Amino acid sequence: MSKTTSPMSWRTGSGLAGKPWKGAKREYDLFKELTVGVIVVTLLVIAVAAAFSSPDDKSVSLKSWATSQPGDFVATATSELGYTSVTAGYGPPYNSTTGATQTIGPLDLQSLSGVRIPIDTAKDFVIDPLSTLPNPPAAVATWTAASSKQQTAWTDAYGKALGKTKGNDPAAVASGNYGPVPKLTDSLLTMAKQGSLDSVLQAGGSFYNFDYTRSVLFLGDGAYFNDLAASLHLTGDQWGMINGIGNYPGQSWLWLFSLFYQVEPFKSLPNADLVIILIVAALTLVLMIVPLVPGLRDLPRLIPIHRLIWKDYYKRR
Amino acid sequence: MTNIVRPPTNESATPKDPSSDEEFYTWTGKARRWVLKTLPPDKLLPETQPSYVASWVYVFGMGAIASLVVIIVSGVVLSLNGPSWWHVSSLGHFVNSTHLWSVEFFFLFMVVHLWGKFWMASWRGGRLLTWITGVVAFAASIGAAFTGYLLQTNFESQWISFTAKDVVNATGIGAWFNLANVGQMFMWHIFLLPLAVAAIVAMHVLLVRVHGVVSPIDAAETDTQLRDATFPQHYDKEDK
Repeated sequence: MSKTTSPMSWRTGSGLAGKPWKGAKREYDLFKELTVGVIVVTLLVIAVAAAFSSPDDKSVSLKSWATSQPGDFVATATSELGYTSVTAGYGPPYNSTTGATQTIGPLDLQSLSGVRIPIDTAKDFVIDPLSTLPNPPAAVATWTAASSKQQTAWTDAYGKALGKTKGNDPAAVASGNYGPVPKLTDSLLTMAKQGSLDSVLQAGGSFYNFDYTRSVLFLGDGAYFNDLAASLHLTGDQWGMINGIGNYPGQSWLWLFSLFYQVEPFKSLPNADLVIILIVAALTLVLMIVPLVPGLRDLPRLIPIHRLIWKDYYKRR
Repeated sequence: MTNIVRPPTNESATPKDPSSDEEFYTWTGKARRWVLKTLPPDKLLPETQPSYVASWVYVFGMGAIASLVVIIVSGVVLSLNGPSWWHVSSLGHFVNSTHLWSVEFFFLFMVVHLWGKFWMASWRGGRLLTWITGVVAFAASIGAAFTGYLLQTNFESQWISFTAKDVVNATGIGAWFNLANVGQMFMWHIFLLPLAVAAIVAMHVLLVRVHGVVSPIDAAETDTQLRDATFPQHYDKEDK
């Protein structure tokens, strides 16, 4: 007894779709079509590229940050010293901050890798770069010799005092017990303004460097970098990566992914990144198995757009 | 132990059809028989198509492949000159523009192709793997394009490497797929992902050739275009 196969099934079955076509044929030249296609697309691309070019906004640097917004730079450096920055509390793969990972119930994918790119913000972003100077400030030794409790008290007090000034201006900070923190952050600011912090942070004393993780994370902990991105409509709540710079199209194929970052309840979830990527992955999987899903695979028959596509065939049935 | 292969006798010297039932004992011979049986040359490089392959929607698959060719050529020129070339050379900037726009066209054509194939239910008749490889090619292309945005070495790439790291880290792969590691992203973008896309697209195209273009929904043996063809096949040049 043979089992009846749905005409919309992917199975070979007994229908025409599963058999070699024995009906009328037409001439076809595969190579000619490919050649014409490449020529047409090349001309099209050249025309559009000549007309619209492509965006190239210059990269920013720790130097440009320190020069244009020194207050923000100093406030961020203070938060790195006090381990209160976003990077300091990020969790894997940078550090092991408890409870920092994005989870769904017991599912904690972020912790699977462990700390593979270790970053100690005080040491890596402030103390180590200052230690590379020909004459490191004495404040480095004072900081290193202090207890972590004392270090936290200094950075906490200085951070609060900075916050009370207009634009986090170190010159306007009220006097207080900040230990070596003002000297450390001021020395780092000078180093950044001179341009040497960029290379020290990126290369870490080596000649070669391909890894910009530390520089990008330090930049991202401040307001300068984020404000620039917001002014270019590049942040997540502004449709993020599907926006190109200016009026250029970005990665518009990520529209569904970006859509979730614009709507509640997804945009406000503390684990939004994990939830959204899993939803998009699940939807991609559904797209992949559409031929296996009764109902979904029947849509083309129920909404007969194929009548337009094959109108010549149907006309001459 | 080495098997001795006897020299061909007069009978076996006659060339045989490799897709016939002739016995093959080596892996190579068996592979050749399978390849030629699955995809004989006239199916791989056909000179005809079924009469129903007569719509503009069929152009977009080839349009996507043509765009991929332009992407690869412009990408090779960019990579030969290094990632910073396009910042300092007007020619480099133009080549970068062609790379960007060919990617935009690639995705546009691919999306139209995908929707077209959905409404044609192109998975019918044993074409499940053709559909799946198409979706996988689309997904792999998104990854390839994404890593390209990270290699621009400008503000946009800086920002994307910062903001997108949260998604990558949330899935646990950020330690090995570190968006701010330009060396790592360079490898993914100019070698691993293009290789993956090219391989999947090649598999997709070969599967299309193996199974042929799917017939219209509701097509039946009683249709004129099948009945007429019981006589010598006609080439409908009016459709060209």
